[in-house]
Amino acid sequence: MTEYFLEPASLAKRHRAERRYRLYGQLAIGLALLFLVLIFTSLIARGYGALQQTEMRLDIIFDKDVIGDGGIQADYQKLARNALSEIFPGVKNRKDKRKLYQLLSDGAGYQLGNSVQNDPSIIGARQSIWVLAADDVDMYLKGNVTEGLDESERRLNDRQIAWINALQEMGRLELRFNSRFFTLGDSREPELAGILGAMTGTLFTLLVCFALSFPLGVLAAIYLEEFAPKNWFADLIEININNLAAVPSIVFGLLGLAIFLSLLNMPRSAPLVGGLVLALMTLPTIIIAARAALKSVPPSIRQAALGLGASPMQSVFHHVLPSAMPGILTGAIIGMAQALGETAPLLMIGMVAFIVDIPQSIVDPATALPVQIFIWADSPERAFVEKTAAGILVLLAFLVAMNLSAIILRRRFERRW
Amino acid sequence: MYVTLNPGNRKVVEGVILWILVLSSTIAILTTLGIVASLLFESVRFFKSVPLTDFLFGLEWSPQTAIRSDQVGASGTFGAIPLLAGTALISAIAMMVAGPLGLFAAIYLAEYSSNRMRSLIKPALEILAGIPTVVYGFLAALIVAPFLRSGGEGLGFEVSSESALAAGLVMGVMIIPIVSSLSDDVIRAVPQSLREGSLGLGSTRAEMISKVVLPAAFPGIVSAMLLATSRAIGETMIVVMAAGLAANLTANPLQAVTTVTVQIVTLLTGDQEFDSPKTLAAFALGLLLFLVTLVLNVIALRVVKNFREQYD
Repeated sequence: MTEYFLEPASLAKRHRAERRYRLYGQLAIGLALLFLVLIFTSLIARGYGALQQTEMRLDIIFDKDVIGDGGIQADYQKLARNALSEIFPGVKNRKDKRKLYQLLSDGAGYQLGNSVQNDPSIIGARQSIWVLAADDVDMYLKGNVTEGLDESERRLNDRQIAWINALQEMGRLELRFNSRFFTLGDSREPELAGILGAMTGTLFTLLVCFALSFPLGVLAAIYLEEFAPKNWFADLIEININNLAAVPSIVFGLLGLAIFLSLLNMPRSAPLVGGLVLALMTLPTIIIAARAALKSVPPSIRQAALGLGASPMQSVFHHVLPSAMPGILTGAIIGMAQALGETAPLLMIGMVAFIVDIPQSIVDPATALPVQIFIWADSPERAFVEKTAAGILVLLAFLVAMNLSAIILRRRFERRW
Repeated sequence: MYVTLNPGNRKVVEGVILWILVLSSTIAILTTLGIVASLLFESVRFFKSVPLTDFLFGLEWSPQTAIRSDQVGASGTFGAIPLLAGTALISAIAMMVAGPLGLFAAIYLAEYSSNRMRSLIKPALEILAGIPTVVYGFLAALIVAPFLRSGGEGLGFEVSSESALAAGLVMGVMIIPIVSSLSDDVIRAVPQSLREGSLGLGSTRAEMISKVVLPAAFPGIVSAMLLATSRAIGETMIVVMAAGLAANLTANPLQAVTTVTVQIVTLLTGDQEFDSPKTLAAFALGLLLFLVTLVLNVIALRVVKNFREQYD
């Protein structure tokens, strides 16, 4: 402060400094909010494309010579190939034909197989059907392939692009709603990859996590807040909870690997183990939130219960806990939202495997939504970028929904005493 | 009514319930013990094949190759210094972003903005901390890194596609709200009388903040920075997706470096037998990470506690 007495700075200068200070703060907040907006817009811009997938209209002849009487093993892909050849009768030699067939997705065969399984009477008939196109065609239609590149650096050569343009002029190529993204498991083919498997895995994991961490967290909070004497033991637990809340998540993954997998021989990649690890991680969050909620219940409630002859246990379980429940649930939802986004500990316990099947129980191998995003982000195919971004949007939608419900819960039910 | 009418029985039942409560609250202790035990146990086995000094002071990290073939049980060199340097570099970049931005945001929120503005802006900033880290990893690897690369090319710099800068910048954005929310809390905890005294002596708001409020809140701000640093050091997904895999001892933010967490993930996600020094090394790294973050957290929590007591 002394400098102001020695050399009185001009008032204008001091006010300029004042304005500068305020500006810095505004800039910092503005920048942070700008980042937030940029994150969301860039994700939406990249992800919304995954809602649509390119499909190709082919006049399929369900040829008895090709598929016999419609067994599961039959070569349905060949039906699609024949139909495509029919459109381009000029393509004769084998090499060109192979290039032409690359425009089809492997999923086309499954689609045709399914139609035959559903209705065997179509064998022998001729039908116009929309089948899946390959991911490269999809990327081309969505404008993600630059034609300026040299042919050798492109995934589609010039002839293939000419075919695609011809198909488009015939009205045989169209972007249609991609319901597969929400109904299929993972796949190596971007056009066949869906998030249902990962979502189911996440659901099972979070169920296990909630079933463990919620009761344990609430009981622990009740003990610490209502019954624990002020001694070294309570202090020890308190210190532990505070420190656990700040332990890096990957360390919990190491714990899960060493104890649940190696020592207790639990199944690898299972939502059961994932849920256990996440439960240990969210426990501190739930305990801290539950303690705050219990603390906010006024002592008069307890005294009234005790005065009417309730035991301390009854006063807590019949009166204090119900009053604190909205606050506790809010904390639990926020804890679950954190668990939903956790990736690193799940990598450690093997939930990062490539799994096509949709898990049926908590001991089946599974991935989780954030891990699926990680796997897709690592895949080299261009088409996986939009799947990754779309997966992120789904994850964020769940997070927003959970946090909103926590806010609504708090606004509507939390009592002010 | 809920339990029984017989007071003797009630005592027994409530005794049992009390024990259940006590047991539930010991889970926190058991978890800590489990972490320490599993990390220590595997690390001790690791240090039987690789000496502790080699691990802590070794300048080379290459778990894949057998450099000394006569060495029994070891499959490579395990010097952790390059990993620690890489972790420090990325965390430092992150703190250079989050430190100033978070602090200035906190000062504005606590001293200039109206309560209404604050109640809107603070949760909005905290969204940044609620976005899953895998999302930041995606942004860092697929958007920021290519952007820096092409930008660097335009300016004549050679930027690695897995540069420390990309990972650090994105991580910095993620931890802005940790710095801003905690600092905002401690700045608001500075007693009003100090502000009034300063303003009463004729200082401007800016002078009041920089000469009175910030020095008073300094311990709390330091602890906010420490907690944010600890978060940056333990952060995994951003660096796994956007930083490099090869150990590289450099201070150049444009090059690729690897970090402790990246190595833990790469050592443990492949298919290999559980007992090899490679997998055990991951636990030694985990122990190191746990200890470093623990020390930072304990210091930070203690500083905050003392700070609170000072003004309560």
